Amino acid sequence: MPEPSTSVTRARGAPGAGTAVLEARDLVKRYGDREALRGVSLQAGRGELVAVIGPNGAGKTTLLSILAGIQRPDSGSVSRGPAEVGWVPQQAAVYGKLTVAENLRLFARLERVDDPEQTVTRMLELTGLGDRADDQVGRLSGGNRQRVNIAIGLLGGQPVLLLDEPSAALDPRQRERVWEFVLSLAAGGTAVVYSTHNIQEAERHAQRVIVLADGELLFEGSPRELEDAVEREASARGDFEESFVSYLRQRGH
Amino acid sequence: MRWLLLKDLRILRRSPLLVALLVLYPVIIATLIGFALSRGPDKPQVAFVNEVPESANAIELGGERIDVTRQAGPLFRAIDPVRVKSREEAIAKVRSGDVLGALVIPEDTTQKLQTGLEPATIEVFYNAEDPVKASYVRDTIKSQVADANRALTAKLSEVALGFLDLISTGGQYSFLGRDFDVLGLERSEQILTEAQADLPRGSPAREQIDQVISFARLARENLGLSDDVLSSVGTPIRVDQTALDGGATPLSSFAVSIAVTVSLMFITLLLAAGVLALEREENAFMRLVRGLVSRTGLLVEKAGLAAVCSLAVCLAMLAGLSLFVELDWGRFPLWLAALAAGALAFAAMGLAIATLAREVRAASLLCVMLSLPLAFLALVPSGAVAPGLFDAIRVVSALFPFKPALEALDAALNDGSIAIHLLHLLALFLAFGAAARLSLRRFAG
Repeated sequence: MPEPSTSVTRARGAPGAGTAVLEARDLVKRYGDREALRGVSLQAGRGELVAVIGPNGAGKTTLLSILAGIQRPDSGSVSRGPAEVGWVPQQAAVYGKLTVAENLRLFARLERVDDPEQTVTRMLELTGLGDRADDQVGRLSGGNRQRVNIAIGLLGGQPVLLLDEPSAALDPRQRERVWEFVLSLAAGGTAVVYSTHNIQEAERHAQRVIVLADGELLFEGSPRELEDAVEREASARGDFEESFVSYLRQRGH
Repeated sequence: MRWLLLKDLRILRRSPLLVALLVLYPVIIATLIGFALSRGPDKPQVAFVNEVPESANAIELGGERIDVTRQAGPLFRAIDPVRVKSREEAIAKVRSGDVLGALVIPEDTTQKLQTGLEPATIEVFYNAEDPVKASYVRDTIKSQVADANRALTAKLSEVALGFLDLISTGGQYSFLGRDFDVLGLERSEQILTEAQADLPRGSPAREQIDQVISFARLARENLGLSDDVLSSVGTPIRVDQTALDGGATPLSSFAVSIAVTVSLMFITLLLAAGVLALEREENAFMRLVRGLVSRTGLLVEKAGLAAVCSLAVCLAMLAGLSLFVELDWGRFPLWLAALAAGALAFAAMGLAIATLAREVRAASLLCVMLSLPLAFLALVPSGAVAPGLFDAIRVVSALFPFKPALEALDAALNDGSIAIHLLHLLALFLAFGAAARLSLRRFAG
């Protein structure tokens, strides 16, 4: 097996320093002897959708956890503190015994927003769950629960939203509804950084893609540029996913 | 933190089955333990010393020799006797907890039984630190002494009635190898009647003899009632009991302490562990500690919720039990202090347990698996196991809140100081709280 590559393919310039609302530099994270992140840097601009993709164990969740302030990096820096970044965990972090409105109200109060009731109303409108406001979250479908989960991540009105595999375990229809919601947020100016192992999802929705493998940043650019890089470098010819796997293999992952 | 507390209460309100289980389960367990305790151990170990010289073990009643040591047979079937050489050694064994009690038969026992001038007194020593075992030793020895008393009384009555019969009807009596012919009241009356008939009419002696005949008849008739009187009186052996250590908690009151402490333990542990584990089960923990609530604040909220809820249930239990068992409401502030300190210590322990589990069910199972054996260990009476093992049990019990909570509540409900127990519980609260806080740090990984 070839040695993992240390070079990064930068296909397109990241947002300029002035427009970046989130910036992380040279993040390193170790678990014992294992390096989960090896000097990863990342930037996201206002209203930009950034996808972090890579195989299982690539370091996607670790990267988002550090950006969210849940974990501390062994070295490197993040431009924003936890309170300035909205975070949506992979598993819906909501109380099943509380209603949709009660969940939103609780977290709005904990976030100390100025007018919790108005914020709840706005979020119910945004998620399209106004008619389910009094339903217990435990009785909602997975898609709707994820919408509540995302809405809670947005309550603080932070300019950056981190989503950890937002559509995992959802059926295609539910996935579609979640993406409609996320795209509307980005259209409103929120910078969205999301991790996914679904390459089509990155290709379809992201404006910029970051490829991680074994904690190493392999690529940063637009989905089109990634496609070109994969087709140029991969020996195999087939669908994009097969080519991507071949691309990773050629780089020793 | 206020909003989190309200959220937890709302979740509890929407889980009526869980709340019912949380209250009913401990109450049922507490009742079962109460029943089990009221039975006491099968055969308590009791130190036994017989100071009566071997040559004086028998007494002679009515010409019959009775071996008094045989009267101890039924008692030895009810206890596990540990024979010791002296009264001092017996007392030392009770004090050290090697035995549940001590029974001392003084040197003059048979002599007193023989003379019948005063009751023979046997001495019973027991350790009163645990009202259950103290009560059991007291009751066992009392019951066996009562049996011995009944047997000796029957024998004494039988001998006495023989004498009375001899006085009433006359007959042969043997004493120190010599035979005596006793005339008896019946024959005296008969002889006097015959003698009176031989006297001339108008003789003043006739009237005097008539008086003696009347007395003899009356005495004989009344002696006929003596068997009933004798069977209803007489206590040849008396028991002199001495409590060596501990207070004088009535068993019923101690059973209340146990029932309430067991309930306090289960409700607080399960609630504290459950509400913290729920945050992880619902994946909300990380969202909360990202700046919305501090980890310490979260622990304080959970501990406070569990402690307040269990305190309310246990106070209601005490109020209910006070309808059946006499409790001193004048000591209510002490009840409150003991229950609050116990609840906080149990809550901290529940939180520490919850940090080991990701789900409510796993946390609850861990709580039950850990707390039940610890509670039973804390109730093992001294003398029921080997001294070394008992010392180990005492150390283990001191490391968990059940034993100090039980002692604090027992002291609060009865006479006693709770200060040392409150300090013990406070130390456990801080230790388990620190363990929970340290353990929470690894949740970030």
